[in-house]
Amino acid sequence: MNPLWLSHFTATSSIGRGLDQTLAALRQRRSGLAPCTFDTVDLATFVGEVAGVDAVQLPAPLADFDCRNNRLALLGLMQDGFAEAVRAASAKYGAQRIGVFIGTSTAGILQTELAFRRRDPVTGALPADFIYRSTHNIFSIADFTRQYFGLTGPAAVVSSACSSSAKVFSSARRMMAAGLIDAALVGGVDSLCLTTLYGFNSLGLLSAQPCRPFDAQRNGISIGEAAAFALLERPPEHLAAAAVLLLGVGESSDAYHMSSPHPDGLGARMAMQDALKMAGMQPAEIDYINLHGTATQSNDAAEAKAVAAVFGATTPCSSTKGATGHTLGAAGGMEAVICALALQHGLLPAGLNTRQRDPTLNVDYLLDNREQPVACVLSNSFGFGGTNCSLIFGRAGKP
Amino acid sequence: MTLTAYIEGIGLCGPGLTDWTSAQAVLGGRQPYQPHPTILPPPALLPAAERRRSGAIVKLTLATGLEAIAAAGLDAASLPSVFSASGGDGANCHAICEMLASADRQISPTRFHNSVHNTAAGYWSIATGAMTASSVLSAYDASFGAGLLEALTQVVVDNTRSVLLACDTAYPEPLHHARPIPDAFGIALVLAPQRSARALAKITVSLTDASADRLDDAALEALRSAIPAARGLPLLRAIALRQDQRVVLDYLDSTRLAVAIALC
Repeated sequence: MNPLWLSHFTATSSIGRGLDQTLAALRQRRSGLAPCTFDTVDLATFVGEVAGVDAVQLPAPLADFDCRNNRLALLGLMQDGFAEAVRAASAKYGAQRIGVFIGTSTAGILQTELAFRRRDPVTGALPADFIYRSTHNIFSIADFTRQYFGLTGPAAVVSSACSSSAKVFSSARRMMAAGLIDAALVGGVDSLCLTTLYGFNSLGLLSAQPCRPFDAQRNGISIGEAAAFALLERPPEHLAAAAVLLLGVGESSDAYHMSSPHPDGLGARMAMQDALKMAGMQPAEIDYINLHGTATQSNDAAEAKAVAAVFGATTPCSSTKGATGHTLGAAGGMEAVICALALQHGLLPAGLNTRQRDPTLNVDYLLDNREQPVACVLSNSFGFGGTNCSLIFGRAGKP
Repeated sequence: MTLTAYIEGIGLCGPGLTDWTSAQAVLGGRQPYQPHPTILPPPALLPAAERRRSGAIVKLTLATGLEAIAAAGLDAASLPSVFSASGGDGANCHAICEMLASADRQISPTRFHNSVHNTAAGYWSIATGAMTASSVLSAYDASFGAGLLEALTQVVVDNTRSVLLACDTAYPEPLHHARPIPDAFGIALVLAPQRSARALAKITVSLTDASADRLDDAALEALRSAIPAARGLPLLRAIALRQDQRVVLDYLDSTRLAVAIALC
């Protein structure tokens, strides 16, 4: 593929608002996970909740979009001058030449969960203030984003569970290569809701501790929430050495089971191999792998087999979900931004909460931060339904 | 900027439209349109456990997708796919929201994994064995247009065949009142980058400011305007009429899709 430039990017999660806080948290090995006090949830679990989301006020003309997911999106867009960068791109290319592709798994479903508590006792009707289109509907997050910036180009939400906001890079890549757009606003936004908390609990996949990816005693995920965005443009002739490029994308399906990964990680392996092929790279050229690493028994086992099959046991890797929690549909975008920070700041972030590496997982899982030059990284995102996506990012110049 | 592809197979299922083969006479105006509730074929290709767990969106996706791929004479396992739907399994969503608002919030594992928007994509890959890339999209009422554009970019940029599966199903009340999709409706298209002996039509697609075409038949037009996937009907009507034609398909409020259709 022709590399694409992440001209601007930002992330907001439980470890911080914007890049400076996120980088500081990674350097300090600080986790955002805390015992769950969200809404009326009565589960013994830890969550990565973003502070202050409900204090965010949407602009009056977009009041119909008001829900936790869009508040979190706006909070994210306000960081790092990202909104200003989008407006500048809109002025440069034209509003119709910028695509909007956002990943989410549940969008504003929380709004419907809350509305179902207020149904009319006689008719069963939902309350009059419930607005489906701009909150519950899965497209609402992309619609909010495009309306907030007045963007009029192609737009869609990608919603393939926990690979959603990795796959937006793939949609944007094709749209740009096809010449339909000159820039793409991509990202992922997912927010806490009861469906995912009680849903993962029903599967026995919710840990009662802060999640411990790749630990011998790992016993499930911690759910988090995040808003992460990137502006993709064609690289100009001269780029700063520290500029971050999207170099390859690989996608596959397991064709195996709705909620369990292929036991040998076959789909995951195909996604990583396809990303390398698209980037024209050898496995040895990857300096770090940001694992999907959810801390369930089956995910980490399958992913370790897949990574070992493609890379062997010596490529440094970690899951940053011990810090952020599993931000589900936002995980691909969140971890793309962490990869960009790793490239720009020469930091391989350690996996947090992991006390004893699972000796059966034959990969070089990082328990301590490493500071070293980083040229190329790979990020994995996998999801329910057996959906897999791997992204490769690199620096424009040598580190 | 235009995108060109060849349609090699079509699948259709909706109210009064049993499949593409039989619906061509209706869409071509040679038979009257007689609405009746959508008949969803059982998903025979799924293993028994998955078959029991599959909702309307899964049955609809399998029925339309397999019709299109059989018509194209292809192996479903070989095709990248684009799934586009305004929402997921509406009945399942209702059941979850009802339980979460009750004293007992212990939703079942099956309910939960069926709640993801890519449920149909997951069952599709299990049923067909397709380990290929799939894009799973929503764009509310623009979902058909978004899916068609995504599939076209797969075809043009990655030089591959792709199957588009645009399907929508209804919510029960009270969500039905908030999103009144009347019945299940799906269109599947197999798209190819090069012309083959099986090509039905060449389509050349571009973005346009023009308004979307409406259908002359009032009942079919009611379908088109009520169900996002049915926004693709003007394209199928032109093929059913066996006419080279330019149609405008609905997409976003800010832009529509102009489709030049040349029969093969």
